[in-house]
Amino acid sequence: MKGVEDLLDLINRVFGRETPSKEVAKERLRLVLVHDRSSVSPQFLQSLREDLLLVISRYMDIDDRDMDVNLTTTENQVALVANIPVKRLKRFSNA
Amino acid sequence: MGEVLVVTSGKGGVGKTTTTANLGTSLAMSGNKVALVDADIGLRNLDVVMGLENRIVYDLVDVVEGFCRLKQALIKDKRMESLYLLPAAQTKDKTAVTPDQMRGLCQELRGEFDFVLIDSPAGIEQGFRNAVAGADKAIIVTTPEVAAVRDADRIIGLLEAANMRSPHLIINRMRPSMVRRGDMMDIEDMLEILAVDLLGVVPEDEQIVISTNRGEPAVLSHSSKAGEAYRDITRRLQGEVVPIQPLALDGGIFQRLRKIMGFGQN
Ligand SMILES: Nc1ncnc2c1ncn2[C@@H]1O[C@H](COP(=O)(O)OP(=O)(O)OP(=O)(O)O)[C@@H](O)[C@H]1O
Ligand SMILES: [Mg+2]
Repeated sequence: MKGVEDLLDLINRVFGRETPSKEVAKERLRLVLVHDRSSVSPQFLQSLREDLLLVISRYMDIDDRDMDVNLTTTENQVALVANIPVKRLKRFSNA
Repeated sequence: MGEVLVVTSGKGGVGKTTTTANLGTSLAMSGNKVALVDADIGLRNLDVVMGLENRIVYDLVDVVEGFCRLKQALIKDKRMESLYLLPAAQTKDKTAVTPDQMRGLCQELRGEFDFVLIDSPAGIEQGFRNAVAGADKAIIVTTPEVAAVRDADRIIGLLEAANMRSPHLIINRMRPSMVRRGDMMDIEDMLEILAVDLLGVVPEDEQIVISTNRGEPAVLSHSSKAGEAYRDITRRLQGEVVPIQPLALDGGIFQRLRKIMGFGQN
């Protein structure tokens, strides 16, 4: 979250201080770990894909061959991007 | 049947060997039969930290290759009756041993000792894989720095993938005065990031350097703050509940104030 860093910077500028270096360390660590952890293993993504399929299938029929689940990383965020073609929605009753 | 613990870190130089030597000595002081295994083949160090470098005849590679029996290679500690060291080979490299051989070795050791501590080399290659192969549990050592914590995270991931769950964390070289200034990550910061159980916090301590110079682990000295922390960790390893004393380590401002004003301990 870039926002947190900016906010900290702002607060500190108001009080005429620099961001304590440990906050910088924590934020850098957080980001680098999201990247590190997101590139762990293909098994991780496969098992996520299977679990997603299980849950989503309760609500709709989906085409699992064309299902695409991936983590995309930009400079300061990692997003889970899923593209899952829907074949048919199930009838939903909240009984 | 004894317990086999591997001391590992990912990043080099964070205090694995220091930790192995101190915990081993301290476990022996509390009456356990302990074997220390230096798995850092090609870069042996534990012998020097223990002050046993002049007594080495055989090493770990000699044992797994069958050149000698395990008993012949185990060096008895100078001070503790029930403490032994199995030194690493200095002239071979990490590929001289396989994970299977390490498993066999640990199995044999666990029959003889209450605790087997394995000092792992830095890195995530074969040396690391050998060191963790025969272990029941891992102790991960880190320092309060970005690179060390990052590497610890990587190691935790690798251990999980190898089905070694819930490793224990030791944070080494903490400097309470820097934490208080906001210039060093705090215990909570690191636990939040790594999400593992904390086994202990060891302060930065000159006594570690002095005791390493002499080849006498710091736990033997009662004036060492780090030694005190290692003694606490030893009690935790034996199942006791011992509270972590974080910022009291070098006497925080409130600590000092309280002392001056004569309020109760801690
Ligand atoms: N708590 C401490 N206070 C002061 N110095 C320390 C502390 N812990 C370790 N050191 C020093 O840091 C250096 C590295 O420690 P050590 O050899 O135990 O690390 P290591 O993780 O085994 O390194 P390697 O990855 O090379 O095997 C040593 O010189 C040691 O004396
Ligand atoms: Mg070492």
